[in-house]
Amino acid sequence: MLKAMLGEAWLAMGANRLRTALTMLGMVIGVGAVVIMMAIGQGAQYAVQQTISTMGSNLYIVLSGSFTAGGVRSGSAGAPSLNVADADAMSELDGVTNVSPTHQGTRQLVYGSQNWSTQVIGTTPSYLEARAWSIVNGAAFGDSDVRSSTRVALIGKTVAENLFAGDDPVGKTMRIQQNPFIVIGVLGSKGQNLDGRDQDDTVIIPLSTAQRKVFGTPFLGSVRMIMVQAESAEAMPKVEAGITALLRQRHRLREGMPDDFFMRNLSAAAESEAETTRTMSILLGAIASISLLVGGIGIMNIMLVSVTERTREIGIRMAIGARQKDILTQFLLEAVMISFAGCLLGLLLGLGIALGINAFTGMVVVISGSAALVAFAVAATVGIFFGWYPARKAAQLDPIEALRYQ
Amino acid sequence: MAEAVIRVVGLGKSYATAAGLFPALRGVDLTILPGEYIAIMGPSGSGKSTFMNLLGCLDTPTMGDYFLTGENVAHMATDALAKLRNRTLGFVFQGFNLLPRMTLQDNVALPLVYAGINKEQRRQAAREQLDKVGLLKYAESLPSRISGGQQQRVAIARALVNKPQLILADEPTGNLDSQTSEEIMRLFGDLNAEGITIVLVTHEPDIAAHAKRQVRFLDGKLVSDHLTEQLPC
Repeated sequence: MLKAMLGEAWLAMGANRLRTALTMLGMVIGVGAVVIMMAIGQGAQYAVQQTISTMGSNLYIVLSGSFTAGGVRSGSAGAPSLNVADADAMSELDGVTNVSPTHQGTRQLVYGSQNWSTQVIGTTPSYLEARAWSIVNGAAFGDSDVRSSTRVALIGKTVAENLFAGDDPVGKTMRIQQNPFIVIGVLGSKGQNLDGRDQDDTVIIPLSTAQRKVFGTPFLGSVRMIMVQAESAEAMPKVEAGITALLRQRHRLREGMPDDFFMRNLSAAAESEAETTRTMSILLGAIASISLLVGGIGIMNIMLVSVTERTREIGIRMAIGARQKDILTQFLLEAVMISFAGCLLGLLLGLGIALGINAFTGMVVVISGSAALVAFAVAATVGIFFGWYPARKAAQLDPIEALRYQ
Repeated sequence: MAEAVIRVVGLGKSYATAAGLFPALRGVDLTILPGEYIAIMGPSGSGKSTFMNLLGCLDTPTMGDYFLTGENVAHMATDALAKLRNRTLGFVFQGFNLLPRMTLQDNVALPLVYAGINKEQRRQAAREQLDKVGLLKYAESLPSRISGGQQQRVAIARALVNKPQLILADEPTGNLDSQTSEEIMRLFGDLNAEGITIVLVTHEPDIAAHAKRQVRFLDGKLVSDHLTEQLPC
C-alpha cells in the first residue's frame, strides 16, 4: 500500500514539474546554505584549534614585576624580581609538568653573506615540551648545554629559509651578536599564532648562553619570564594559586603588599578565541536555518494550493473507500518526498560550493557526516511539519462537498 | 425471504441553515432486496440526493436507522464508513470522476489499493473488469484519450472491482447523449441480470424505465413506490 502511495506521490510531483521544481528549490537553497555555513564555521573552528594546539596547552607565563625609578615606571618584566631558583621551586609544585625560564629579545643573525633579524629565545629544554615543539632535523640541546652555556642554537623554518637559503643548516656556524653559534637542529613548522605572528621566525638557545653572551644581564640568574605548563586544564586554577603563594613567600612579600610579578593565562586567550569562532559557527548555522524555514513555508504553501486544486480527486478517493488516514498519508508523503529530494540536491550543491570555496580561496572548510545527517533530519522534519497542516486539511474534507467541488 | 441489502427506517436528515434547521429528508422507509434494480426519481430539492448520500455512507442521518446488509450504519465512525464504501458499495457518478493522471487500469484498481490488495492481484482484477466492459485494449491509456461513454464504462468497472453488494449510480447518463445512454443502461441491465443490486438516481423517466422498480421523492418524503410494469404509460 505504501509502495502504491509512493508511486502516486511521484505521479503527483510529475504532474506539475515546474511547480515541484520551484518548491524544491526552496529546500535546495535552505539545505545548501546550512551545509555551506556549517562547513565554513567548522572550518574556522578547526583552524583556530590548530593554531591553539601549536601554542602548547595549559600554559601560564609568569613575568617579573615593574619597578619605578625617579618617577619613571618600567613595564612588566622590568624589574629583576624572578630568577632561575624561582623556576626550580615552581617545578616542585603539584600539577606542574614543565617550567621553563626564558629570556628573549630581537637580534641580528649572520651566516656567510646573509643576515636576518629575528626573535632569540634563551630557555631550558623543557620549553620545547611545553610549547609542543618538534625537531625535524638534527637534535635539541640538553640541560648540560644550559649548565655550561654552550653556543648551540635551534632555528625555526623561516630562519632556516632566509639565512641558509637551501643549505642544510645543521652543523653550520652562524653568528648572533658576534658570537658564533653552531646550529644543531631545525624546529618543526608551527605557522602563525593567534596574533598572526610567524612562530617559525625564531631561534632557541640555552638560557645561560643567552644571558651571558647575547643579552647580557646585570644579575646573573635573574629571568624576565617563566613559562609554566599545568598537567591539565582542570589543574590550572590550582597551579595559579600555588605559584602566587610560592612566589610571595619566596620574595618575602607581606600581607597587603602587591605582587612583584605578573601571571598571564595563555590558554584563556586561546579559549576565548575558540569560543568566538564557535559562536560565529552557530550564528552562521542559525542564519542558514532561516532559509530552510522559508523553504518549508514554500512547501506548505504549494501543498495548500495542491489540496484545493485536488479537492474533487480527494472526494473521489473518499467515495471509493479512502480513509482519512489514507488521504493524510498521501499528502504527507508528497510533502516529505519534495523536501527529501530538495534536501538531497541541496546537500550536493552545498558540498560542491564548500569544496569550491576551499579550492578557490583556500579557506579551511570541514565537511562532517553529522552536518549532512542533521540537514537530512531537519528536511524530513520540515516536510512533515509543514506538510501536516495541508494534509490534515485534505483528510478532513467532507466527501460530499469535495465531490461537488468543480 | 433473503436478507435485505438496504433497509431504512424513519430516515431523516436536517441541515443547519441561517434560517434554522432545514429538513431535507423527513422520515423515509424503504427496503431493497438482493438483485433488485430500483430507480429513485424526483425533482431537484425533493431530497433524493440527500437520500443517495446517506445510502452511499457519505453522510450520516440525523434521525432514523439505516441497515446496510443487516448492519446499522446510522451512527458509524468515518473510518468504518470508508471501509463500507470500499467493500460493500460501488459508486457511479454523473461526471464519471476518473482520476485524470492515472491510466484506466490504475483507475479501476484504485479501490483495491485502499482495500490493501497486493499489486499483482490488483492488476488482474482491474483487467478482468475492464475486459467485462469491453475496454481492455485501453488499459494503459489515460481517461482523456477515450469518449465520455467509454469513461463511464470504466467508472462502472471501477465500481465493480471490489465485488460490491450494491451499485449506487447517481445520474449516470446525465452527461451522455441518448445513444450512449442506452448502451450504459444496457450494461446496467446486464449487471443486474448477473444478480447485482442496483440503485439508480435519475430525473429522466425513460432512463428510470430501465429499472424494475421506481420510487419517487417529493419534499423530503417518499411519495410513490411501483414496479415498472405496473406504471401507467
